[in-house]
Amino acid sequence: MTRPLLEVNNLTTRFRTERGTVAAVDGVSFQVAPGETLAIVGESGSGKSVTALSVLRLIPNPPGRIESGEILFDGVNLVKLDDPGIRAVRGNKIAMIFQEPMSSLNPALTVGLQVAEPINVHRGTPWAKAYEAATELIGRVRIADAASRLNSYPHQYSGGMRQRVMIAMALACAPRLIIADEPTTALDVTVQAQILDLLKEVTRETGSSLILITHDLGVVARYADRVAVMYGGRIVEVAPARDLYARPQHPYTLGLMASVPRLDGGGGRRLMPIEGQPPDLASLPPGCSFGPRCRSIIPQCRTERPELIQVADRHAKACFANV
Amino acid sequence: MSDALPGPTLSDEPILRVEDLKVHFPITKGIVIQRKVATVKAVDGVSFTIRRGETLGLVGESGSGKSTTGLAVLRMLTPTAGRIVFEGQDIAPHRGAELLAVRRRMQMVYQDPYGSLNPRMTIRSIVGEPLAVHGLDGDKKATREKVAALIASVGLLPDMADRYPHEFSGGQRQRIGIARSLALEPSLLIADEPVSALDVSIQAQVINLFMDLQERLGLTYLFIAHDLAVVRHISTRIAVMYLGRIVEIADRDDLYRNPLHPYTEALMAAVPVADPEVEARRPRAVISGEVPSALRPPPGCSFHTRCPRAMAVCKTEQPFLRKISPERAVACHLHTS
Repeated sequence: MTRPLLEVNNLTTRFRTERGTVAAVDGVSFQVAPGETLAIVGESGSGKSVTALSVLRLIPNPPGRIESGEILFDGVNLVKLDDPGIRAVRGNKIAMIFQEPMSSLNPALTVGLQVAEPINVHRGTPWAKAYEAATELIGRVRIADAASRLNSYPHQYSGGMRQRVMIAMALACAPRLIIADEPTTALDVTVQAQILDLLKEVTRETGSSLILITHDLGVVARYADRVAVMYGGRIVEVAPARDLYARPQHPYTLGLMASVPRLDGGGGRRLMPIEGQPPDLASLPPGCSFGPRCRSIIPQCRTERPELIQVADRHAKACFANV
Repeated sequence: MSDALPGPTLSDEPILRVEDLKVHFPITKGIVIQRKVATVKAVDGVSFTIRRGETLGLVGESGSGKSTTGLAVLRMLTPTAGRIVFEGQDIAPHRGAELLAVRRRMQMVYQDPYGSLNPRMTIRSIVGEPLAVHGLDGDKKATREKVAALIASVGLLPDMADRYPHEFSGGQRQRIGIARSLALEPSLLIADEPVSALDVSIQAQVINLFMDLQERLGLTYLFIAHDLAVVRHISTRIAVMYLGRIVEIADRDDLYRNPLHPYTEALMAAVPVADPEVEARRPRAVISGEVPSALRPPPGCSFHTRCPRAMAVCKTEQPFLRKISPERAVACHLHTS
């Protein structure tokens, strides 16, 4: 196997809350190969966004803190970098695309300035040249009439166009890794398909890796090479996408698959929801945090916490039971 | 125009018949002297029927007018034009007491399980409030029992009745909202994106609850949502809206297997199926552009600006919803002969 571009080992990120400290991310390890698209799926509170923010060291402190673990990007441990060090990585070698393009763009600055800014900051390219590059980037994300649109402000763009601007900004410094956190959740379905197709296409062209964070199993099926499923701050299963859908091994993954209505499914088929409520991170049960909702629970699950174990080629699960 | 639409035969009189419904909002300028400068045609000539006991799914992207249609049917908005025949009575001109009477038979479930429950009320008073509003809570003991039964019917525990909304998760709150909507024993429930704020595992629980309640109580649903997979799962028939109009209405399986309107086709193609094997084989036809502003809808067919099969006629002439089989209608110039 080629050397991974990103290697996260035993990452734990805690937040101080009124009810004590909670581990939003609890001992998470995963890798991303060059050019690969890894999807991180999970429901709200599963820790998928905090994982992404931790990689870029964007955890607000206080209340949050990366407590332990290492994040090796191209051999450098990002956890150990000082502020100027991590700033040189953000938006440069690793770019982030957020869910809400309107709140990620500065409403008072023109789009052109915001797309040109990372080029100026990271490359030291003079503004005039950076603007030229921005024009080209705006064209590349297929915003028509790029040169004149550069002088517009974010509010003059539609939701889908704003997300294209975010992609242009992300591409500005030719990053090796793009992290997209629910990039299309706020968009209509036809626009969602346009944006994700574009994202996939540009990563293919540039050879950069993509971490796609989503709750949508359909989006995962369409765009991901490999998938990590998170629950209660931990990765419970990781596998190549086809493998995961064909042979899910963890009861939570199985439960998720049975919960989603499928567009191509026979209507009227009864959905098999996962019983119970999502876990409360402040009062997780001892043992496996999925235990209380699990159909395959065995005594061991109540006392011991399962670690990820290999079950097939490149396929691992954190579960004691045989499903 | 209504006789051109798929509708019921005489033997099954529909519970709801909406005819040429229009909801237009004026855009005004000026504070003291307001003048109308434009009109947003949020709903512009929508017709459909719902039979007793079925679920009509209403899908569309933002700005399609699906929520406005729901609000107009419930008469939370006054229609600009059109008829809303509910249980044999045109309720479009109703006001005051007449409307209150209608709302005993027609209730709403909202999208946001956080915003739609009063944080200062206990679950018992939230679920019982419709009874109080309609003066049906005279017998305190009977009311208490009724509320307890409602709470149990949506899968919540009796001891939860005296708690407050903040003590519940999103899925549980949505159950509370459903219990409240059932308090008056309505025949029609209008649900506007009732599961879109919920996590997938919880979403499935609430979808199952909707389906169980329908079977048990013989309810009729107008189910408004943007998620096609959810709508296909729960609906008997589906109406697809685009910029204030229904572009296609059909049985749910026909609509999926053989979409006739290019917009329906594009919408289906845009939704990914949760199976990589299927996804790899599926034809991909992503349409370009976004939904135009409802303030300035394109002339002719409002979809022509994004339609891969637009013809000259589409730019000038607006296609009407035409019945092409007893259960199916489409508004597209490709299907006029």
